[in-house]
Amino acid sequence: MKLSKAYKRLALVAMPIVLLLMTGCTNNIIVLDPKGPIAEQQRDLMVISTILGSIVVVPVLIMTAVIIWRYRDREGRKAAYTPRWEHSTKLEIIWWGIPIIIILALGVITVKGTYALEPSKPLESEQKEITVQVTSLNWKWLFQYPEQGIATINELKIPNGVPVRFEITADSPMNSFWIPQLGGQMYAMSGMAMTLYLQADEEGEYWGSGANFTGRHFADMYFDVESMSQEEFDQWVDEIKATSPALTLDGYKKLVEPSTSQVLAFSSFPDQLFEMTVTKYATSHNHGLSTGKQDKPQGQQEEEEEPSMDHMGH
Amino acid sequence: MWEKVQNFASEFFVTGDPLIYGADVSIAVTLIAVITVLTYFKKWKWLWSEWLTTVDHKKIGIMYIISAFLMLFRGGVDALLMRTQLAVPEMSFLTPDHYNQIFTTHGVIMILFMAMPFMFGLFNVIVPLQLGARDVAFPFLNSLSFWLFFSGAMLFNISFVIGGSPDAGWLAYPPYSELMYNPGVGQDFYIWGIQISGIGSLMTGINFIVTILKMRAPGMKLMKMPMFSWSVLSSCIAIIFSFPILTATLALLFLDRYAGAHFFTLDGGGNPMMYINLIWMWGHPEVYIIVLPAFGIFSEIVATFSKKKLFGYKSMVYAMMIISILSFLVWAHHFFTMGSGADVNAFFALTTMLIAIPTGVKVFNWLFTMFRGKITFESPMLWTIGFIPCFIVGGLTGVLLSVAPADFQFHNSYFLVAHFHQVIIGGVVFGYFAGLYYWWPKLFGFKLNERIGKWAFWFWNIGFYLCFMPQYVLGLMGMTRRVVSYGWDKGWYEMNLVSTIGAVLMGIAFLFQVWQIAHGVKHRNANLDTTGDPWNGRTLEWSIPSPAPHYNFAVLPQVTDQDDWWERKLRKQEGHATPAPAKLEPIHMPKNSGIPIIMSACWFVAGFGFVFHWTPFIIAGLAGVAISMLVHSFNYKTDYYIPVDEIVRTEAKKGRVTG
Ligand code: HEM
Ligand SMILES: [Cu+2]
Ligand SMILES: [Cu+2]
Repeated sequence: MKLSKAYKRLALVAMPIVLLLMTGCTNNIIVLDPKGPIAEQQRDLMVISTILGSIVVVPVLIMTAVIIWRYRDREGRKAAYTPRWEHSTKLEIIWWGIPIIIILALGVITVKGTYALEPSKPLESEQKEITVQVTSLNWKWLFQYPEQGIATINELKIPNGVPVRFEITADSPMNSFWIPQLGGQMYAMSGMAMTLYLQADEEGEYWGSGANFTGRHFADMYFDVESMSQEEFDQWVDEIKATSPALTLDGYKKLVEPSTSQVLAFSSFPDQLFEMTVTKYATSHNHGLSTGKQDKPQGQQEEEEEPSMDHMGH
Repeated sequence: MWEKVQNFASEFFVTGDPLIYGADVSIAVTLIAVITVLTYFKKWKWLWSEWLTTVDHKKIGIMYIISAFLMLFRGGVDALLMRTQLAVPEMSFLTPDHYNQIFTTHGVIMILFMAMPFMFGLFNVIVPLQLGARDVAFPFLNSLSFWLFFSGAMLFNISFVIGGSPDAGWLAYPPYSELMYNPGVGQDFYIWGIQISGIGSLMTGINFIVTILKMRAPGMKLMKMPMFSWSVLSSCIAIIFSFPILTATLALLFLDRYAGAHFFTLDGGGNPMMYINLIWMWGHPEVYIIVLPAFGIFSEIVATFSKKKLFGYKSMVYAMMIISILSFLVWAHHFFTMGSGADVNAFFALTTMLIAIPTGVKVFNWLFTMFRGKITFESPMLWTIGFIPCFIVGGLTGVLLSVAPADFQFHNSYFLVAHFHQVIIGGVVFGYFAGLYYWWPKLFGFKLNERIGKWAFWFWNIGFYLCFMPQYVLGLMGMTRRVVSYGWDKGWYEMNLVSTIGAVLMGIAFLFQVWQIAHGVKHRNANLDTTGDPWNGRTLEWSIPSPAPHYNFAVLPQVTDQDDWWERKLRKQEGHATPAPAKLEPIHMPKNSGIPIIMSACWFVAGFGFVFHWTPFIIAGLAGVAISMLVHSFNYKTDYYIPVDEIVRTEAKKGRVTG
């Protein structure tokens, strides 16, 4: 059996290469290199659950190898052979028991984590939070800073150490808003505004992306994220106010049209633009934002509800 | 006039891409070749009466498996195209539009037109034989199921060259899949391809539940039934509860697109989130539908090649039934990030984790079947052994994904892509391969070359780990799924290259399998399975000659034990007298019918009409369906008897003496 040796050698060569590559470039593994409290807790959860899982998985993998090796059929084998042994209440209780215990532990951790990390829960902080309204457009991100009165495309700057309340919607197919080093993602859906609290604890440059497929230029929906000191942030806002053009309603309609975009900045935006974006899908109000595509049956008009900013439908 | 034709043609046929023209040519050449060969060798009649109109579950099973292999090839080519595109940053091998179509068709084809028919093929070939039955409960319906699947698959596949393929992902989330964003016909091909084959799947589910409940050989109590048949039962229960959800969901999406309804649109009171919930209420059970039978296959193989009884039969049965039920209670883990609130997320995280318990139990039972066994490593067992560690690791990453707050980071990333390929390839594909290698001699009457098989096995395995382990890392590096390309700045270069190399190795592995089959066919006479029991099997299918005669059992077996055939062999070895074979009687068999293929062709025409809004096609197709049903209803000549002397002759030819 010369050949089977060859396979083994092949496997022996291949495996270290994989391992090498997997450990070789750890500095890029950004999800495991968090820069804010949310991402950090999520990383910890990943690590804890991996360890808990490994308590079962590693011994089972070893057991598998040992059993297969020991009980292989060969001449002069000493290991026992019991062809009819097919039941052992004791053993079966053990391995219904082991996974039950592990899952119980993991379940407790998960439920606690789920409530602790509920994305719409405000972060505790001495600092006053700032709000950024995020709109997924085809194929670009619009960030509006209602408190500062400015807006940007594909560039997000936030003050360091300050909780950021993201309000997220879409004027495009459903997307997902994700900044891996600050925390997990949240869907961007038309007709509703989702809330996601994140915070950066370290000044620096990060990046975010759209994580849910939105069509042709989905792969271009990356944006830069920069966490900077409050002074720098204020300076940046002032600069945009001084030098950038205003975003008009017509300008917004242009942005909605399918295209990619460079980084842009706007010194102001139409009043209530974000609310209008949300509600133009949620109700039959058009707020001057109608794309003209909505042909509604007559009866619809009566059912008008107050435009709601809440997450509808759950 | 000419210009009009030209205009029409350029919209009707997909144009402008050399890959597509290549495909056009190869499709045309293949078709011409097939037609020529059939005509030259005067095989049309044979094809029609032996295969296309057959109601024999074994032949239907073989047709399912052949289709599955063709679709594995198509889906695999899609995969390789994608991996080529992703091999290095800023690649421009595929345009974004093309890439989007390819990941969509790849996903749909692999799940619905590869895994499902492969699974149905194995159900068909093996379940009646394991149960000691002469056919499935409803042979005509069975044939109809196959042809509906085939029509649906073809309708879906022609979108590649006619009209354009769908590009909204394998689950076609609205609003992207709605007219507003997706005005072409691709999504309509998606809807109708899946609808037509989905009806077939539902009928197969019903058929096998009835077969298992009603057609078992005398004496085979449920708790003596082979594990594969149990797994089929659990899978079919999930089918009959989940496929109606799929049908309804796609029907609503169709109404949105065809009739301007607003079920899932953003305006007019529609809500896309409803679709996402509905589609996963089918979609999650679907993944268990395809993996449960693989569990059944591994259970059979582990016992056979350890020469030992399956450990913990009862807990295996309970585990499978629990999984089948729980799989309906976890769907929202596919969108923890939709903001449903902590209560909802916590609930679905917990139910998901619960599934890990029965699944873990099954792994332990397999291990303890091997424990104190006598393990040999023929192909089927090799695949099983390849499966166990792969599935354990894939299961672990699945549990990680179920930790809802952590999933906010894993979701939609390559971590997820790696996870589901690990459980689907390591579990489902390896499982069906194992089953195919295991039952191959029973199907065709000869054995395959083990050496080529081992090459295929190692290439699949090494290729798999090279391809998908780096993808876990890529996910943690922030690479999202469904991106057509990426920049140099992200540092995703090495992992993607390794991943592509792995994919190529799997492609080579597939070629080894094709070679193995071709080699097997060529040298079949040297490798005939004359005993009908090449692996020293345990269950009834091994008690009859290979390939099974078309009536399966000359005399229906009288079952007394679990692993009845094994026990019978043992009793014989111990010198107990074998009971004299019962007297032969004429066998009642169903007659072939051309209606299933004709009716399915009519469905194809109707589906095509719905896709292109061509009302005459719709009317003609649906009328054809109605007429076929009528004709079948008034056809009373649906069965016949095989006389005793013919049975005697057939059995004698297979070397069996009958009483
Ligand atoms: C044989 C090797 C395979 C390779 C190299 C492969 C590769 C890929 C790639 C590159 C993607 C696209 C990822 C993306 O762009 O997001 C993908 C997606 C997918 N694959 Fe595979 N795949 C393989 C086998 C399979 C099998 C056997 C199945 C199922 C039975 C499967 C099911 C899927 C599904 C459902 C998707 C998701 C499609 C979507 O995003 O809508 N794959 N695969
Ligand atoms: Cu699921
Ligand atoms: Cu929602």
